[in-house]
Amino acid sequence: MSDIANIEELKKLAPPAELRRAPVVEGNLGLGWLTDKLSAFAEAKVPLWWWIAFVPAAFAATVIFPVCLFYQIFTGVGVWGNNHPNMWGWDIVNFIWWVGVAHAGTLISAMLFLTRQHWRTTIGRMAEAMTVFSVAMAGLYPAIHTGRPWFDWFMFPVPNSNGLWPQFKSPLMWDVFAVNTYLVVSSLFWFMGMIPDFAVLRDRATTRARKTIFSILAMGWTGSAWQWHHYEKAYVVLCGLCTLLVFTVSSIVGLDFCTSQLAGWHATIFPLYFVIGAVFCGFGMMLVLLTSLRKLCKLEAVITRSHIDKVAKLCLVSGLIINYIYLMEIFIAWYSGDPYERWVFGHRFFGHNYGFFGWMLILINVCLTQSLWFKKVRSNMVVLFFIGLFINFGMWSERMVIVVGSTHQDFLPANWGMYHPTRWDIGLFIGTLGAFFMLYLLFVKFLPMIAISEVKGAVPQGDPHHPLGGAQKGGHQ
Amino acid sequence: MSEKIYGLMAEFDSPGALLRAAEKISAGGYRKWDCFTPFPIHGLDKVMGYRNSLVGWVALAGGAFMFLNIAGLIWFANAFDYPVIVGGKPMFSAPMTFVPAYIMMIMGGALGALIGMFGINQLPRLHHPLLGKKRFASASRDKFVVVIGANDEKFCATQTKQLLETLGGANVEIVEEQE
Repeated sequence: MSDIANIEELKKLAPPAELRRAPVVEGNLGLGWLTDKLSAFAEAKVPLWWWIAFVPAAFAATVIFPVCLFYQIFTGVGVWGNNHPNMWGWDIVNFIWWVGVAHAGTLISAMLFLTRQHWRTTIGRMAEAMTVFSVAMAGLYPAIHTGRPWFDWFMFPVPNSNGLWPQFKSPLMWDVFAVNTYLVVSSLFWFMGMIPDFAVLRDRATTRARKTIFSILAMGWTGSAWQWHHYEKAYVVLCGLCTLLVFTVSSIVGLDFCTSQLAGWHATIFPLYFVIGAVFCGFGMMLVLLTSLRKLCKLEAVITRSHIDKVAKLCLVSGLIINYIYLMEIFIAWYSGDPYERWVFGHRFFGHNYGFFGWMLILINVCLTQSLWFKKVRSNMVVLFFIGLFINFGMWSERMVIVVGSTHQDFLPANWGMYHPTRWDIGLFIGTLGAFFMLYLLFVKFLPMIAISEVKGAVPQGDPHHPLGGAQKGGHQ
Repeated sequence: MSEKIYGLMAEFDSPGALLRAAEKISAGGYRKWDCFTPFPIHGLDKVMGYRNSLVGWVALAGGAFMFLNIAGLIWFANAFDYPVIVGGKPMFSAPMTFVPAYIMMIMGGALGALIGMFGINQLPRLHHPLLGKKRFASASRDKFVVVIGANDEKFCATQTKQLLETLGGANVEIVEEQE
């Protein structure tokens, strides 16, 4: 009885509807219901749409990808469009693009945890998975761009018979450290977050195979207060470290450019530019994944419209910062009085070579992003899905403009040359896209795609100080 | 049937009920007991009397170890093992080591946090007596389980059972130790 009285009192104290926070989970029927709901997709039969998406992705990942990869490795970098003066082509464009996609994932899962945004619990796991898979794709490009990937171990500071050490003062070397650290740390973070949910799936398993697999993955997790106590600490520490990585990895990629003398690259704004661009691009990918998967996996009650709305707002914020940086870049190019700088920036839009990508950058990253100001747009899932796709293309164009736009016309007109991707460039990119989506679909189907234990802790039933969580009048001592 | 007893387990329906029961058990002088919950419960650490977790210190140690190691490695490589004069710059200067050392500090800290968490929690482990109990599966779902260990000085099969029942615990059961 006391519980009911409490709820009535609470209703009186509650703020008016327009000030109330949107619930983390809509139509919440309790912890048991949540557990069923969140593990349903991983336990159900594989649906048809999954196969329809999986087969082409798996084809790209297991046929196109290895063919393009091994042809390039066996033949040499010459199979790509890279050639003097465009020593960096799609391989670097795609590297930066994939690293960028990763960043929003870490931002959602780590930074929003540190700022105690409970709504992130429902989308954090999916964001982390996006990070892990896209960093893996990103890391591949520089590794094969070296031309002789079997010598890649020279980049690691290991004693070797040549007595050589890597060049620790080079941002390209820092990239090796940064990308590897990003891959390891985000994988650890992703895996550690899943341990309690592996235990949930273990306890729910109906077949012997599932029980065995999830028992191994859960590592004997029992969920004791002692375990949670240390787990939470480790989680906070990992979140803090991942937050540092959000700002570090793309900054270092930006340093690759700004330490060079090339017009259009040699700017101190580059580290920040790359970080924000990365986050913006990643939010675009997040919109694509969330709007489609919430519908396909029947998770509308958990990944609510309010959550998508917040992701869209974050996307808008990062887009506005990017717009400001574009403006500053153009302003500084003009203000510097450097004829080469002015030439490069003028030709980004009014030159005849890669103007298309320059205008895509303006049309998508500047103009289309403004549509996210409107609530009507932010609440329409189909529109958001396509905006997300466009943002990804817009950011890819931006990297194209930066990398190829600057290298193809440098200081000496005698040194100019065009860049055209070959079929191996295109094939490899399609292959990495396929591999990413294949891994993502496997994750969605077989692993806990939503952090079950975190969501349960974020609903009123999980709060010991809330009447629904069993709190009694007068509290406890 | 001479299986050793591991302890007594009882189920509670809500985190609030568990917290109240935990306070009573703690006040009753029990030491070797634990709560098993589907998610971390706010305030339970305090009731259980846990101090700040050591995991943070392990992570700090890991991070500091990596940071100093990489800075030291760069000194060793550039100033000691294979010095090369480039542009008349010094062989070693501390600021230039910062970026690689900082990145690897993050790696060391993350590995430290994970290893520390696993070490202190004694994971991975192949089995736990509680995992053999059918009803324990609900502790990862919507039930909040308290287990009082048989190795507790105050443990008494009948009295402890009575205590758990008066606290509102449902399905009080004996957990057997398994070989």
